[in-house]
Formats: sequence, structure tokens, C-alpha cells
Amino acid sequence: MLLRHTPKEITERSALSINPAKTCQPVGAMYASLGVHGCLPHSHGSQGCCAYHRSALTRHYKEPISAATSSFTEGASVFGGQANLLQAIENIFTVYEPEVIAVHTTCLSETIGDDLPQMTDKARESGKIPDGKHVIFANTPSYVGSHVTGFSNMVKGMLRVAESTGKKNGKVNIIPGWVEPADMEEIKRLCALIGVAITLFPDTSGVLNGPMSGQYKMFPEGGVTIRELKGTGDAIGTLALGDWCSADAARYLDSQFKVPCRILEMPFGLKATDRFIDALRTIAGVSVPEEIAHERGQLVDLISDMHQYFYHKKVALVGDPDQLIALTEFFTSIDMWPIHIVTGTPGKRFEKKIKKLTEGSPFPVNVRSAGDMFLLHQWIKNEPVDLILGNTYCKYIARDEDIPQVRFGFPILDRVGHQYFPTVGYKGGIRLLEKVLNALLDRKDRDDSEQSFELVL
Amino acid sequence: MTTAILNERRQQVHRTGQGPMDLACNRDSLAGAVSQRACVFCGSRVVLYPIADALHLVHGPIGCAAYTWDIRGALSSGPELHRLSFSTDLQERDVIFGGEKKLTAALNELIDRHQPKAAFVYSTCIVGIIGDDLKAVCRAMSEKKGIPVLPVQSEGFKGNKRSGYLAACQAMFQLIGTGDVTGIPATSVNLFGDFNLAGEIWIIREYLKRMGVAVVANITGDGRVDDIRRCHGAALNLVQCSGATMDLAKMMQESHGVPFIRVSYLGIEDMADSLYRVAEFFKDCDPKIMDRTRELVRDELNKLLPELAMLRRDLEGKKAAIYVGGAFKAFSLIKALRHLGMQVVLVGSQTGTKEDYEELATITDPGTIIVDDSNPLELSAFLKEQAVDIFVGGVKERPIAYKLGMGFCDHNHERKIALEGFIGMAHFAREVHRSVMSPVWLFTSRKITASTRPIIKEAVA
Repeated sequence: MLLRHTPKEITERSALSINPAKTCQPVGAMYASLGVHGCLPHSHGSQGCCAYHRSALTRHYKEPISAATSSFTEGASVFGGQANLLQAIENIFTVYEPEVIAVHTTCLSETIGDDLPQMTDKARESGKIPDGKHVIFANTPSYVGSHVTGFSNMVKGMLRVAESTGKKNGKVNIIPGWVEPADMEEIKRLCALIGVAITLFPDTSGVLNGPMSGQYKMFPEGGVTIRELKGTGDAIGTLALGDWCSADAARYLDSQFKVPCRILEMPFGLKATDRFIDALRTIAGVSVPEEIAHERGQLVDLISDMHQYFYHKKVALVGDPDQLIALTEFFTSIDMWPIHIVTGTPGKRFEKKIKKLTEGSPFPVNVRSAGDMFLLHQWIKNEPVDLILGNTYCKYIARDEDIPQVRFGFPILDRVGHQYFPTVGYKGGIRLLEKVLNALLDRKDRDDSEQSFELVL
Repeated sequence: MTTAILNERRQQVHRTGQGPMDLACNRDSLAGAVSQRACVFCGSRVVLYPIADALHLVHGPIGCAAYTWDIRGALSSGPELHRLSFSTDLQERDVIFGGEKKLTAALNELIDRHQPKAAFVYSTCIVGIIGDDLKAVCRAMSEKKGIPVLPVQSEGFKGNKRSGYLAACQAMFQLIGTGDVTGIPATSVNLFGDFNLAGEIWIIREYLKRMGVAVVANITGDGRVDDIRRCHGAALNLVQCSGATMDLAKMMQESHGVPFIRVSYLGIEDMADSLYRVAEFFKDCDPKIMDRTRELVRDELNKLLPELAMLRRDLEGKKAAIYVGGAFKAFSLIKALRHLGMQVVLVGSQTGTKEDYEELATITDPGTIIVDDSNPLELSAFLKEQAVDIFVGGVKERPIAYKLGMGFCDHNHERKIALEGFIGMAHFAREVHRSVMSPVWLFTSRKITASTRPIIKEAVA
């Protein structure tokens, strides 16, 4: 067994993370940056960081991921990275010709104290940023928070270009959080059906789920444009989906430009989608379109058709806070009970929120922020579950403990589908439940004895 | 489409037969380049991580450990401790107050729980900046626990991957010479620079066994600490993969007088030649070894050649591009592709040396593009210009090839089937054939003529 080194007995650890349920800020910043049209992410640090983040995203999306690096050497680490960044900005605009460079820091450049605002000002003053081109940036120290924090920081960093003309543009800002390109597409589809004009940022649809075209494009068609980002200051409101990924940016627009914001859960599952649709409907002042009501009805239909198979199934969840909060609500609403819930991202308010959501649980619930998969595995050894839902790294636990797994989150390195099929909205809920059901029923078919093996389920 | 090359990069691109060969290499990447290269830590981590019964603790923020968690598929026939990810997960307060206490506590706990044969502690960028005394912590822990606790000085910014290989070698060197060498036969070797991806080192060990040669230590694929401790008792080191373990071989030659030869297990000639050189080395103490080796090669070729000839009927004249980490591998790949009747039109590497590139210029056909430390834009422009049929590269190159409608073969971390040895050549040929001849290219915009449809079916699944 691969994880035979994991003992059942749990001891408190303070100095050590084993089999992480998180990674560092910069990769989140890089993913967010790819949701800006014509943007080249830039990693201000050593070469390795950039290579690792590109590899991680490439493996997850199976798409070419371009990003540049300041290629820190020992000299830069002693004297500061300003010369590297200025040269990088000049080289990037000359050779790769992006519309935007999105600079994020690393633990190295943060610790030596590189001052990004001052450096980007200097780049602008010395004419290294051509007219009409932009450099945005975010501080993403790897030793604070997690990849989720980095994502959130870069989303807020995008708003450096936001302006207020004093005249509202009638649009609603939607900050989708760290969801897949297919989810972003789905959010746009739902908004269009309801008739709400939106600016979605970041928007990786069309960037990381592109077709096979016979062309290599460093900058695919998709992504939110700088013009749209500028307009976010004139929006009539902001909907932030997910407290952890999107709230900071929404609050910034509120405080800076008086754009009122609402913070909702990510629209995974019935209730969270209901709230999202209701918010959109209220803004548009319309009733819910028939098409969306139909989709909702189909999701409820599926749940009612198969509810006997969901009843009191125990689930282990691992991933990022916004997703886990929405998923916990979804599972409890269909009578499945998450009993072990781990995020690697630190923050006690996550634990509070999950405890509240699982108050009515018939089982004791373990929840941990700043946890890791080693702990999750130990919990599962002590109290087994019927299903694990989490990223590809869960497959070690799933195999060792012989538990079905549904892949969800980042990264997924060994399956496809997350690029193409949304899990947000009602239709996304149907897909998610299909995957959950298939996992449970495949297991039932495998485990049932010959006598009790049934054709019809 | 114009071929985009940064002006400063012109010296890192050469076309065989056009002008003198004077490639500028082993230089730092330009700031702002979308480089395919990695860092010092990455170099150390990939070299050491296959040692399966050692503890590998990454001292740094979580990312460095997360991105190197079991990504390489280095197989172990026994312990799997190397497939777990251990990190001190440094936080802001550690960066301010130092991480030594945390490191000590982490080592304490891990060594007690897992009882490893040794521990490697990897330094990362941040540790180099905050100045934790890794050596002192490791020394103290070593004394306390009675196992070697070895610092790996792999701060990311202190060079590129090559410097990481050196740091790994320096860490391993501390182990060598500390074990008992009794019972090691005269005809014995260590395998350097093979990481047992897809079980490759097992193939090579089986060949050596048939020749009558004992293997003392695998360095590092399916590696064990105790083997490495006594590996100075071997008569010869076989060094594969130009960059990774060459430094260690040189250190061992100097300190323990163990000679080394450079070998490659990829392709027919290089594989056979490597075995013959081993036989040559031992022929005085084992006069029959050459006969056994010839027999082995003959047997293997009899199995292999008919299949290659068949696959070649489809592949003849197809064009290939190669982009690898270390350039030494490219030599073998060029020869292997020629066996399939294919023409290599582009060769590049992340970390080749001047000698490597000179050698490449000698063995490649006129017009072949040779490139050091390339980027996606440049690579895709060259690939299109040369109308390549298959690209042989690593994880970041794969989707570029596919977007362009070209076949791809992973010859790096993510290979899933063994490519070493004679059987590996068959695997390689099948994989190339499968990708070049895939019907998917018929659905794409790239021009496919009827004659490129496969005329043979693979004999073996």
C-alpha cells in the first residue's frame, strides 16, 4: 500500500505538513491572470516557481500555459529584483506582445522586499510599457495563505485599472472565484438567459478550454478585456461568488467606487444556485426564465428519482474553502453527510461555517482548516466513508482504503471532463450528482453478491 | 509566421551547416523569457527523490513540496516513503523569526515515526534568504537520531537545474564510503543517472545479471540508502544522463578510485555499446563475459529488429523534433529516430553544454535547428517551419505539439512505459508510430496526405 506509512493514531503536528491540501499563492495568481485577455502572467522570482506553476496548470488543463519569469539569480537576490523586472517587462512587450503583463511575487522577492508599485511606476516612467499596454500586479507571498489567497489577490490586483466616470454603465460585475473555464461559460450563459449584462472577471473560458486549431496561440481569444475591467468601477453592482476567492475584490470596488456588492456562495448545488439566480433575477427585475426553471426542475427530478441511494452516505471532502462550503450545503441538502472536511487553506472561519452547515448531521463531523491529506487519511482510517470527493491526490487514499472517489478541484491530473463540463448551476448540479451516483452505484455493482446483484437500480 | 527569436537569444540558436558552431549556453535565462527551465531545488529533488527508504523533507513554503509530490513516477520495488510529501510549510512568522526550530521539530517527529535509513533536507529560496543554518540542524539531528541527516543546498535562485544536480551529488557523497563493502564481487557496478521511470532500471539490471555483473547501488532509481553507503565497493560506475550524476561519479573517482564510463540505455547502438563497454571492462576477470554479452545482444535484436522494420515502413521520411532537459539524451534519441527512418530537424535542450551542442552539430543533418533554453513561441515557430510530424519532449511541450496537430512522445518525467533497453526501443518505436499515425490528425487542419495513413498494423498491442 502506497500510504502504509500513515498510522491510524492521530497526533498533533505543528511543524509539519504531510501530503498538502493546498499549494502556494503564485499558482493562484497565475490562473487568475490567464483569465485576462491577452495577458502574460509573470513570476517575479526564481525560474523554478514559474516552471512548476506552468507544469501544474498544463497538467490540469492539457493546454499550453505561457508565463514569464524574472529568472532571479544570486545577484538579484542580494541587490533586489528591480533590474530583472524592468528588463523582463521590456523583453516581454517586445517579443511576446501581450496586451497585459500580470506580475506576481514569490516568497523570494517578497522576503528581499521588492516594491512592485514602485517598480511598475518606474517601468512606466522609463517608457518600457508601450502605449495602450498594461502592467497589473499582486503581492503573493508563498508563506501566507494558500493558492486561494494568491488567486484572490490577483483578482483584486486586476482592479488597479478600474475607473469611475461617474456614469453607471448598467452592468453587473460577477467575480466567479476559482472555478473551471466551463463554469465561467455556464455563469455567462445563465446571466444571458436572465438578461443581465455582466462583466465576468477573471474569465478563463476560451483561454484554457480552447479547441484544437492547428495553431499555437500564446494568447487565445478569451479573457476579460482591460476595457471591461476599467468599466467595473461604473457597474451597478458586484456579485462575488465565494468569500475566500472573490470578496476582497468586490469590497475594493465598493469602497473605491461605491459599487455595492453582495457576497454569495459559489453556485454549486440546488440552494446556492437558487440564491445566485434569485440575485440575478432581482437585479434584472424579471421573473426566472422558463429555461432555467426547467433546468432546476430536472435537478430536483434527479434527486427525487435517486434519493434512496444518497440517504446517509458518508462523504470525505478535501479542497478549497469556497467550494467545500457550497458542496457541504449541497450534500447535506440531499441527505448525504460530509463527515471529514479538510482544506489546506488556513482560516478558522471556514471551520465555523462548516460546523454550522452540518449542525443537523446524524454523525460526528471532523473539520479542519490548514489541514492536510495525511490528517484526512487518518480520520478516514478511524471512521470510514462511502465516498471521497477531492483532487487527484486523493487517489492514494481511495486506493489504499478501497473507497470510491469523485475528482473535483485542483489539480486533476488523471481524468478529463473538468475542462468541458460545468459543475455550477442546475445543469452543473446534475453533472455532479451523476458522477457521485455513478461512483456509488459502480461500487454497489462491484460489491453486491451474485444473489443480490440487480439489473435495475 | 515569422520565427520569433529574442535578439539576445540569437546566439542560442544554430542551424547545422550554416556558419561556425558557437552556441552560447549554460547561461542564465533572460529575464522575461518564457523559459522551459526550472530551478536548483528542482534539480536536486528529481535526482534524490527516487531513494525510496530515505525521508525527503522540503524546508520551505508549501509550494516547493506540493509541486514535487510524486510527479516523476520513479518506481520502487519496496518502500514507498519517497512518494509522500513532507514540508515544514514555512509561514510568515517563520520567515521573520527563522525556521530552524520548526525544522528540528519536523525532523524529530518524522524520524521517530518512519525510522528512515537517512534523511535529506532540501533548502529552498527562502531558507537561503532568511539564513537558517541547515547544516547545524542536520548535524545535531544526525547525532541525536543516529542516522545520516543530510542538508541539500538547493536554494532555487543559486543557478539552474544543473546546480541542483551538483547539490544532490554533494549530499549523496556524504553517504558514500560509510557502508561495509564485504561480499561485493569483482565484477560489480553502480548504476548512476537512472531514475527507474516506468521500471527502466529493472530492465538494465536484468541485462547485467545475464552478463554476470552484480549491481551494488542504483543511483537513484529504486535506490536504497544502505546500497549507496557501500557503493564505493563496486568496480565501475555506469553514468547515464549527462548532467544529473556526473559530478558524483567524478567525486567517487577522485576519492575512492572508482572509474566511470558514460553510458546510454536508449536506442539500439547506445544500449549495445554500453553493455559491450561493461564487458570490455570486466573481460580480464571474467573471460566469458564478452560471449555472454554478444549472445544477449543477439537475442534481444532478433526479437526487436523485425518489429522495427515493420514500423519503419510507415515512419520512413517523417520529421521529428527533440526538446529535452539534458542534451546527452538527445544523442541517443537522434540515433533511435534514424532507426525508424525518421529525420530529426530540430534538437534543443534546457541545460546542454558547449560540448554537447558541438557534438549535436556534428551528428545532425544540414539545416537541423539546434537550440538552447528555448520558449514556446520560438519552439512552435520552428516546429511549423519544419513541418514536424512528432515532437519528443516533456510536460510543457506536449500541449504545444497537440495544438499544432503534431504527434508527441513524452521522453521525460511523464513517460508511462519503459523506453530504456532493447525492449524500450520497441516501446519507443510503437509510441512514435502510434502518435505519428494516429487517425486524430485526419480530423485536424494540418494537411494529411493519403500516403501518411498507416500501411501496417502494430504487431504487438
